[in-house]
Amino acid sequence: MTAVVRVASGQGFWGDWLEAPIQQVRGGPIDYLMMDYLAEVTMSIMQKQRARDPALGYAKDFVPLMGRLLPDLVSRKIRVISNAGGVNPAGCAEMVWEAAQHHGLHDVRIAVVTGDDILDRLDDLLARGIELRNMDTGESLDVVRDRVQSANVYLGAGPVVEALDAGANIVVTGRVTDTGLTLAPLIHEFGWAPDDWDRIAAGTVAGHINECGAQCTGGNCLVAWDTIPDLANPGYPIVEVSDDGSFVVTKHPGTGGRVTVAGVTEQLLYEMGDPTNYITPDGTVDFTTIQLEQASKDRVKVQSVRGGPATDSLKVSISYLYGYKAVGTLVYAWPDAYQKARKADEVLRERLRRLGLEFEEILTEFVGVNATHGPLAGPPPADIPEVQLRIGVRARKSGPVQRFSREIAPLVLNGPPSVTGFAGGRPKVEEIVAYWPALMPKSEIHPKVEYLVA
Amino acid sequence: MGTKAKRRPGKATARSKSVPLVKLAHARSGDKGDTANIGLIALEPEYYPLLVRAVTAARVARHFKGIVFGRVERFELPNLNALNFLLHEALGGGGTLSLKTDAQGKVLSTALLRMEISVPRELDVE
Repeated sequence: MTAVVRVASGQGFWGDWLEAPIQQVRGGPIDYLMMDYLAEVTMSIMQKQRARDPALGYAKDFVPLMGRLLPDLVSRKIRVISNAGGVNPAGCAEMVWEAAQHHGLHDVRIAVVTGDDILDRLDDLLARGIELRNMDTGESLDVVRDRVQSANVYLGAGPVVEALDAGANIVVTGRVTDTGLTLAPLIHEFGWAPDDWDRIAAGTVAGHINECGAQCTGGNCLVAWDTIPDLANPGYPIVEVSDDGSFVVTKHPGTGGRVTVAGVTEQLLYEMGDPTNYITPDGTVDFTTIQLEQASKDRVKVQSVRGGPATDSLKVSISYLYGYKAVGTLVYAWPDAYQKARKADEVLRERLRRLGLEFEEILTEFVGVNATHGPLAGPPPADIPEVQLRIGVRARKSGPVQRFSREIAPLVLNGPPSVTGFAGGRPKVEEIVAYWPALMPKSEIHPKVEYLVA
Repeated sequence: MGTKAKRRPGKATARSKSVPLVKLAHARSGDKGDTANIGLIALEPEYYPLLVRAVTAARVARHFKGIVFGRVERFELPNLNALNFLLHEALGGGGTLSLKTDAQGKVLSTALLRMEISVPRELDVE
C-alpha cells in the first residue's frame, strides 16, 4: 500500500509554459506527471492538421518534450499521463516511441488510448436515433451535419487505469477528461472501486485543481497578487493524495508562486456550473462539501469531498465550420485620442455600409476605455494619452470579411489624424470552427488500449 | 426618512456605508460556451453573509446590464465562503464565434468587483 501518491501537473493547456514539466520532473520527487493539452477548440485544430497530413493531429510540443525528459522519467520511475494524442494518439505515441529508440531506452511501455473519436460513426449513430442534439440550444445535429469537422466523446479515467495496470510508463490519450488524467493513477495505486463515489469525487477534485497548471499556485491569483514571489519561475501544482481521498496541494521547494486557500478556492470555482452537481464520466461531485485548510506554507489540505454515481451518458464535443471573422486594430494618439478613434469607427462602418457588405456582427471596442469592462468602466478620463480602436466582424461567407480586412489600412492616410500601430499588415481572415456540445449513451462507447514497447 | 422610502442598493445611510466588492471579495471567471461563470470569494469569513445578502442574482443581472443578455443564476458554497454565478449569453456567442477581447470572460471577475454594496457602518474594511 502506497502512503501518498504524488501527481504533478505539467501543462494546463496546449501552449502552456514549456519549462513547467521539466521543473516538475527535476525539481523534487513525484510519481506521475499529468499533462492536459485539450480544450474545446483544440480538437478541431488538430483535426484540420490531420486532414492535411495523416501523421499529424496531436500536440506536437509533446514529442520533443518527451525527447528531453525520457531519460529522467525512466531513471526517476515517473510515469506520464497525457491527452496530447488529440485526434491521432497512435501517431503521437509512435513519435514518442521513436524518441525512446533515439535515447537507446529499453522497457519503455507506451499505451495508446483510443475510442473517443466518433467522427466516422456519426451517420450510423444518427440513423439509430442517437440525435446528438445541441445541449445548449436543443437543435438537431442535422442542421450542421455536412459541416462537422471533428466529434469526440469525453472518456473518463477507466482506460488510463487499464493502461497503468498493464505497466505503461507513458499513457497517450485522445479526448480523456482533464480530471480523469489525475484521477486514473489514484485508482490504479489505491485500487479504489469504480463506485466508491466519495473517493472518485475526491480524485476528481484533485484533477480539477491540477488541470489548469499554475492557476492554483499563484498564477492569475487576485489576492495580494503584487507580493507573489518569483512569478518568473512559478511552481506548478502537485497533489499528494492519500488512500482516504484527502490530499495536499503543493509545489516543489525553491519555486515561485504561492499555494494558499485563496488561490486554490479561485481554481475550484474556475469554469464551475452547479457546484452541487459537477458531472464527469467517472462520477459526480458536490463541491459544497469540500473543506480547505492551510496546513503550512505552500501546502493546502483538501478533504471531506462527497460525490455521487456517474450518469449513463457521455459528453460529446463536436466541432463544425461556422463562418469567418477578422479583427483589425489601429492606435490613436493624444490629443483627442478617444474622439478620433470613435470617428474612425464611424467612418469605417459607413464605408462597409456603402459597400453593401453584410455581417452577422460588427463589434467595436476601444482598448484603454471599455474593452474589458464595457459600460461598467464609465467614461474615460479627459484626453487620455492613447486608445486602440479594435473592430471585429463575423459573417457566414468569407467575401465580406475579406473585403473588411482591406478597409483598415486606408484609414491611416484617409481618416482621422495621429494614427499608428498598423505594422502587422491586413487583419487575418480566420475560419470559425464552432463547438457543438451533445450527450450520448455510455453503452455506445468502448475505449481501446494498445501498447508500443521500446 | 420614512420606512417606505426606496433605497438604492449599495447606497449609504446612517447605519450603513457603501463599499465596492473589491474590498470584500476576490473572484475568478471563465467560460462554457456563451455562458460565463464568476466565482466570488469573501476575503474574510465574516464578509460571506454580507455577500449572500447583497449580491443576489437579480442585483448581478442589473450590474451587467448591456453586457449579459441572458439570465443570471447564483449558487452558494458556504464551505468556501463563495458564491458562483452563471451569466448566460454573456460572451458575444462564446468560444470561437465571439469578437470580444474578453471572449472567454476572463476579466468579468473584476467587472463584478466594481459593484458597490451596503455594509454596516462599523464594519472594519481596509
